[in-house]
Amino acid sequence: MKKLIEFKNIVKGFDDTIVLKGINLTIHENEFVTLLGPSGCGKTTLLRILGGFIEQNNGEVYFDGIEISKLPPYKREINTVFQRYALFPHMNVYDNIAFGLRIKKTSEEIIKQKVEKMLRLVGLVGFEKRAVTLLSGGQQQRVAIARALVNEPMVLLLDEPLGALDLKLRKEMQIELKKIQKEVGITFIYVTHDQEEALTMSDKIVVMNEGEIQQIGTPTDIYNEPENRFVADFIGESNILEGIMHDDYVVSFDGITFDCVDYGFHDNEDVDIVIRPEDIDIVSVEQGKIHGQVISSLFKGVHFEVFVKSAHREWMIHTTDPVVINDQVGLSFYPEDIHVMSKLGAY
Amino acid sequence: MVGSKKAIISSIVMIGGVLLFFYLPILILMIFSFNDSRSLTSWAGFSLRWYQDLLSSRDVASAVTTTIIVALISTVVATFVGTLTAIGLSKSKKIVKDVVNSVNNLPILNPEIVTAIGMMLLFSAMNIPRGYITLLLAHISFSIPYVILTILPKLRSLDPNLAEAAMDLGATPWQALTKVIVPQITPGILAGALIAFTMSFDDFVISYFVTGAGVKNISILVYTMSRRINPSINALSTLMVLVITIVLVLINVLPMFKKKERMPIE
Ligand SMILES: Nc1ncnc2c1ncn2[C@@H]1O[C@H](COP(=O)(O)OP(=O)(O)OP(=O)(O)O)[C@@H](O)[C@H]1O
Ligand SMILES: [Mg+2]
Repeated sequence: MKKLIEFKNIVKGFDDTIVLKGINLTIHENEFVTLLGPSGCGKTTLLRILGGFIEQNNGEVYFDGIEISKLPPYKREINTVFQRYALFPHMNVYDNIAFGLRIKKTSEEIIKQKVEKMLRLVGLVGFEKRAVTLLSGGQQQRVAIARALVNEPMVLLLDEPLGALDLKLRKEMQIELKKIQKEVGITFIYVTHDQEEALTMSDKIVVMNEGEIQQIGTPTDIYNEPENRFVADFIGESNILEGIMHDDYVVSFDGITFDCVDYGFHDNEDVDIVIRPEDIDIVSVEQGKIHGQVISSLFKGVHFEVFVKSAHREWMIHTTDPVVINDQVGLSFYPEDIHVMSKLGAY
Repeated sequence: MVGSKKAIISSIVMIGGVLLFFYLPILILMIFSFNDSRSLTSWAGFSLRWYQDLLSSRDVASAVTTTIIVALISTVVATFVGTLTAIGLSKSKKIVKDVVNSVNNLPILNPEIVTAIGMMLLFSAMNIPRGYITLLLAHISFSIPYVILTILPKLRSLDPNLAEAAMDLGATPWQALTKVIVPQITPGILAGALIAFTMSFDDFVISYFVTGAGVKNISILVYTMSRRINPSINALSTLMVLVITIVLVLINVLPMFKKKERMPIE
């Protein structure tokens, strides 16, 4: 795939605080890229730099090979779906969607065709004359998407577009957005702080924290091979512990030595280790690598969330088999379930 | 229950008393503008002679034209400048906002007489001959703060991303302003314009100090006429009250129409 956008060492500060601390990121054509990170980590700021609404203090932004930092927003082939939609309240649905085309002096006939096509795409046929202030959150969000897409941008920026919707509508819109992206075949850059949303929708996830990129990878990469403690913690609940990497494929924690599949660390390097709750099996005490006492069990719909207290810590385990509280149990996991991470971040 | 009924009655009496206190003088003035005699105390039958007097007086005609022309021009200029200032302010840093806001509030809080003398001194220091031009400049300058003050709250309630959304869709900053921001705050701009108009239309203190060369607006004319008994003043004042009332009613009624328009059509 062709490189479309390149951030090179982007630094941005407001007043005294540095919000982006040297972002390097490449985005390809037709990719669905998600910026994922906790509130205040700089996601919106990065998006606004790409949209042209603010300028970075340092670094360059390349679009299709050309440096665009000095280009005003209205000259960029990028459209945005804003965090709170920013629909024009004095216009109806049709006029909102037609706004960009009218600015470009497109003939009303062509506008009509294009707007109708968009309304079909987002499922709002028949709403043309409706005032946008009278639409539901989900409908407003679709208008915002249609208003952006009708201009046929090369890139669509979406800043937490589903943030205001309830869970059920959110799930529906996630699927719909993904479908729309496949249909129009353009690059989506999507911002969210919801890890589940990021995992289900993205081709590529960029995990950010405090103005720095923590990891870039596919959803499976990010989930299965978190590069550091922050990523492991942010992507789903986990057991995160400290250990020592004795040698390639040999790690120890809680006073026990285990086989693992990781390698390339220094001898006896201190490391962080992640074991996902769903990767741990509850077995009999004799069969377990570690043993402890069940202290709680909560039914979560699909699975039970069980806590087991061992000599060194409490373990979170997801299992479909019910357990009895206060029972002594063994815990078992495979070498490939032990994810070893360098304390320094990248390998 | 009995107590609360008493309270209601006494509050109605209070409101009635206050309203009477406010409006009785104006009412008497209006009634006596139709009085057939020169007396300001005894009623001698209905007539329109003072209104006829007014129409035939050249002084009055020129004062009315001056007032209306000055009010119209100063309203247009003050509304334009005030609107742009308010929009600029809403996009500025907090510190700039605070400073300009307090500077803006100063003329409103300041006693009018101070503003008036200040302007008079300024105009003479700058060697601008007093007359039409100074009157107009003064009216423009004292109207602007009111326009800004009426528009700012409207701007504050706008989604801060609206202008960005417009530019994102290809609009230049000027197009974003005219096609998105201004239509959003039109009710505020209209209200600001109407307030500017009334401020200019009935201003006396500042006008009196900054005008010259025989240029008089209605208020000044009324003041000069009131030195001797002349019921034409009553007629003129009645007309002024009428104009101001109409404008005030417009200010209050227009927003209601706007709201009606937004109701669902289906
Ligand atoms: N215009 C501004 N002036 C000053 N500080 C700002 C400005 N815009 C953003 N910031 C600060 O920059 C930091 C990053 O903000 P940003 O909006 O990029 O976060 P975010 O990752 O989008 O968060 P969220 O998920 O809550 O939207 C925050 O600490 C914020 O307070
Ligand atoms: Mg944000």
